[in-house]
Amino acid sequence: MLILTCPYCGVEADETELAPGGEAHLKRATVGDSDEAFEAYLFARENPKGVHFERWRHAYGCGKWFLAARHTVTLEVYGTYPAQTPEPPKDIIAAVKKRLPDWEGRG
Amino acid sequence: MSHRIEGKGRLIDRSKTLRYTFNGKPMTGYAGDTLASALMGAGQMVMGRSFKYHRPRGAVASGVEEPNALMGIGEGGRFEPNQRATTTALFDGLSAKTQNHWPTLEFDIGAVNDLGARFLPAGFYYKTFMFPRVAWKHLFEPFIRQSAGLGAVPKEPDADRYEYAYHHTDVLVIGGGVAGLAAARAAAAGGASVTVLEQTPHWGGRAPVDGGEIDGTDPDAWVKSAVEELEKAENVTLRLNCMGAGVYDHGFVLGYERVADTTPGDDRPRHRLWRIRARQIVTATGAIERPLSFPGNDLPGVMLASAVRDYVENWGVAPGKRALIVTNNDDAYLTALSLHAAKVEVAGIVDVRPTLTGPLAERARKAGIRLMTGKALAGVKGRSGVKAALVTDLAGKGTGEAIECDTIAMSGGWSPVVHLWSHCGGKLLWDEGEALFKPDPERPPLGADGQGFVATAGAASGALGLAEALADAHEAGRRAAKAAGGTLTRKAAPKANETERQPLKPVWIMPAGAGPEKRMKMWLDYQNDVKVSDVQLAAREGYQSVEHAKRYTTLGMATDQGKLSNINGLAVLSDALGQPIPQTGTTTFRPPYTPISMGAIAGEARGELFQSIRRTPMHAIHDAAGAVWEPVGHWRRPFCFSEAGESDEEAVNREILNTRENVGMLDASTLGKILVKGPDAGKFLDMLYTNMMSTIPVGKCRYGLMCSENGFVSDDGVVVRLAEDTWLCHTTTGGADRIHGHMEDWLQCEWWDWKVYTASLTEEYAQVAVAGPKARKVLEALGGMDVSKEAMPFMTWADGTLADIPARVYRISFTGELSYEIAVPANRGAELWEKVREAGAAHGIQPYGTEAMHIMRAEKGFIMIGDETDGTVIPQDLDMSWVISKKKEDYLGKRAQQRPDMAREDRWRLVGLETLDGSVIPDGAYAVGEGLNDKGQRNMIGRVTSTYYSPTLKKGIAMGLIERGPERLGEVVDFATLDGTGTVIKARLRGTCFYDEEGAKADV
Repeated sequence: MLILTCPYCGVEADETELAPGGEAHLKRATVGDSDEAFEAYLFARENPKGVHFERWRHAYGCGKWFLAARHTVTLEVYGTYPAQTPEPPKDIIAAVKKRLPDWEGRG
Repeated sequence: MSHRIEGKGRLIDRSKTLRYTFNGKPMTGYAGDTLASALMGAGQMVMGRSFKYHRPRGAVASGVEEPNALMGIGEGGRFEPNQRATTTALFDGLSAKTQNHWPTLEFDIGAVNDLGARFLPAGFYYKTFMFPRVAWKHLFEPFIRQSAGLGAVPKEPDADRYEYAYHHTDVLVIGGGVAGLAAARAAAAGGASVTVLEQTPHWGGRAPVDGGEIDGTDPDAWVKSAVEELEKAENVTLRLNCMGAGVYDHGFVLGYERVADTTPGDDRPRHRLWRIRARQIVTATGAIERPLSFPGNDLPGVMLASAVRDYVENWGVAPGKRALIVTNNDDAYLTALSLHAAKVEVAGIVDVRPTLTGPLAERARKAGIRLMTGKALAGVKGRSGVKAALVTDLAGKGTGEAIECDTIAMSGGWSPVVHLWSHCGGKLLWDEGEALFKPDPERPPLGADGQGFVATAGAASGALGLAEALADAHEAGRRAAKAAGGTLTRKAAPKANETERQPLKPVWIMPAGAGPEKRMKMWLDYQNDVKVSDVQLAAREGYQSVEHAKRYTTLGMATDQGKLSNINGLAVLSDALGQPIPQTGTTTFRPPYTPISMGAIAGEARGELFQSIRRTPMHAIHDAAGAVWEPVGHWRRPFCFSEAGESDEEAVNREILNTRENVGMLDASTLGKILVKGPDAGKFLDMLYTNMMSTIPVGKCRYGLMCSENGFVSDDGVVVRLAEDTWLCHTTTGGADRIHGHMEDWLQCEWWDWKVYTASLTEEYAQVAVAGPKARKVLEALGGMDVSKEAMPFMTWADGTLADIPARVYRISFTGELSYEIAVPANRGAELWEKVREAGAAHGIQPYGTEAMHIMRAEKGFIMIGDETDGTVIPQDLDMSWVISKKKEDYLGKRAQQRPDMAREDRWRLVGLETLDGSVIPDGAYAVGEGLNDKGQRNMIGRVTSTYYSPTLKKGIAMGLIERGPERLGEVVDFATLDGTGTVIKARLRGTCFYDEEGAKADV
């Protein structure tokens, strides 16, 4: 059972306090975008064996959505940060690279 | 025959006799006995029949690894099957029943399977019962179900209670043997908070039985002082009878505590499931001895050497009068010496090693015990017990000297208990010298910080000797404290003295030259009746992966999960595949370590506590009024209010007719109510709903539809403009929490710069709908507000005081009648309900339930989320274009509704359905069209979504989604029935509204 630190309230939250929300940093496609772009936004998701950026909500805590960078195999957590972040922040990228120097960034 | 011996039995108290029954027969044992030790003490060696061949079986082990001695314990509501007699503590009044035999343990008809064993090889299900198919169902399956299996299912509800408990600790030590205690001492000295779990009722593990010297004293004394020291330490928690059941991600551990197993009905919870968070975990789980694979190694009386020693030393029980030892290592010599000291005759020690050089062999020799080197067992004589063993050369084929004995103590070496290390991904190494898999400290399970969070200590690390085990455990405890935020203690590790050991010689089957007949009698997995021949057959048939071979042969699949002989099985498989053991690898270790009770998993979540029920403020009143309850989400809502002698259907019809003719009242408190406020609230709601919400004038209400981003209808309800910057969104009862979450998701994650605030007010208000032609009269009788058409027209609202209760009244209608929904503070809901009923009495008011509400809305052609929609329906399918804004550039779902499949013209769309004969179409019926599909079924062209008998119209009414429906009004469509005769119900397509199409009744 994972522990993630909620960046809003600072609580080290058990997974039972959290609700998962899938891949982070999706760019919303909408009216005016092509069928392909919209399909990719709706359905195409990363499924890496490795570093993954994902959405979590502190559902049974402060109720805030936040983002986490996590290794899907080792379950190492590189950091959590507010949902109002369009791209993975520099310190999170640095934390990943420190542990995985060969990591090439998001797929 | 097994019997008690004098002068031994460190765990029993011979002054306290306990009474119990075994298959109904009264028996006695001593306080401190396990069920197995008590039975053996009373001469009862046979404790069950095997799974497949129904062979008589006795205890082979003395602890959790026991595969054979499984029994049904307790009676009635306290009956539990498949309990290991070796870990069941004896208590006064215990009742035990053996399993898997008919009619009796001694005489079992199923034993004919044993004679036909050659026809029941690995995978026999798949091979034998292929054809004819009918024979499987009527012949083979019933036979197998009858003859194969373990215990019976309990027939009564569990009479006990169970609970969860929660615990946080820096260092969790699992295992309270000398290694666990040493690790705990070192961790506690480093300043960490330490918790120690021990699955048995005793501290110290095997060390007190095995002997040696720790810190200049015997292990028993050392354990006593170590426990005293730990008990005194404020940062240490000790728990006996509590097994570490599983290690999970990021330091989560389940502990399984057996609280009141031996005191049933004492009002304490029977088991407690501990949910533990530990920064560091030290598994000091010891090692389990391996059997040897020789022909007949499953007969009662053939036991692990360590178990024989345990019975002698711990419980003062000898499994027989004359014991033969067979071993490939020095450890079994301790058993020979223990038996010798207890004055049980030792017939000899059969050792596979050609020369014996160690001091233990020397002690045995001095004791006058016969040593047979380079030898093996080629067979065991006896049917339901051991009569003699055949000793032969290790390399031989199987003839040799018969040695009379009634006990065979075997040792094939030891396997560290790596389960808890492996549960969360810890990797293993093959130790060639000791022939065992042990944890690879370089590849531990990783925590959130990417560092290892599990370490092993003592024998669990593969450190089998006392001195190295204690040194290893001390170091593990030191490091765990440091990793958990404490310090590395300078305290010295306990010092141990022990007899030097000669290395073991790995032997996986004996004798080496055994033919097929003998290999068919060499058991690997006792509980599932898997033999050497089965694993070799699996290898010949191409099962190369150990996981596949496990499932094909069932090796290691029963309740013991192969604790005894998995390594033996892997070795046999590796040999058959011609590859080294590490290349074969192990199967996956999964929690729990041993089975835990279903009750412990359920905890308190039974009966009323299984799921919390939400009740409206009027719940008790409805209950007293004879409400027939219906679950709606977590709520309970009245389905209808049956009067005396009335069926539910009659009640529903009465409620509808009364509402249409007079006036009805509904508890609408469960509807979701979400406040949306802020400068950007209107903009936000325009994105959320398909229609415009920003343009509702203050004081008015508007119906709205909400879609998910993929275009499908998600929820609906009336939106109210409370103030310039404030809206109140009503949602469906079941959608309230979900829609609030949906709003927050978009506000926090997409439009986070929009100034909008949301709050769920669902439980702040009680809400009562008063509907019917006489509704206004009822509100006028309540008094306090002008509820005239002029003051409060349709689709408006007003704040005021009604019957002296502060109220907000909405002129909205879900029935099609003149209707008011009155919202009051929740704590005044019951009062409002009573006052409405009193005020309405003169006008014939009656409460109505959810079914009447459903039928009345269907008469009006209003959709119901979950009936007309199912997650694949877009608003355009519902013929509700009036609720889809053409002006808005964007809303959630708009882009999706432009996708080619959504814009298809032949989509199933909503229409009303009127049967030609007035009957009611069955719920869920499909509309069938011309032609057949590739399975010979009629092509589907739609389905019914809501179907009812309308008491208002006195006929069946329905709505359905039909291909191009709205374009085909007036056509007659066939609906298939499910009676199998191919008959159809004919219905004419029409508009969805069956009642008051102009909407004149609501707008008066």
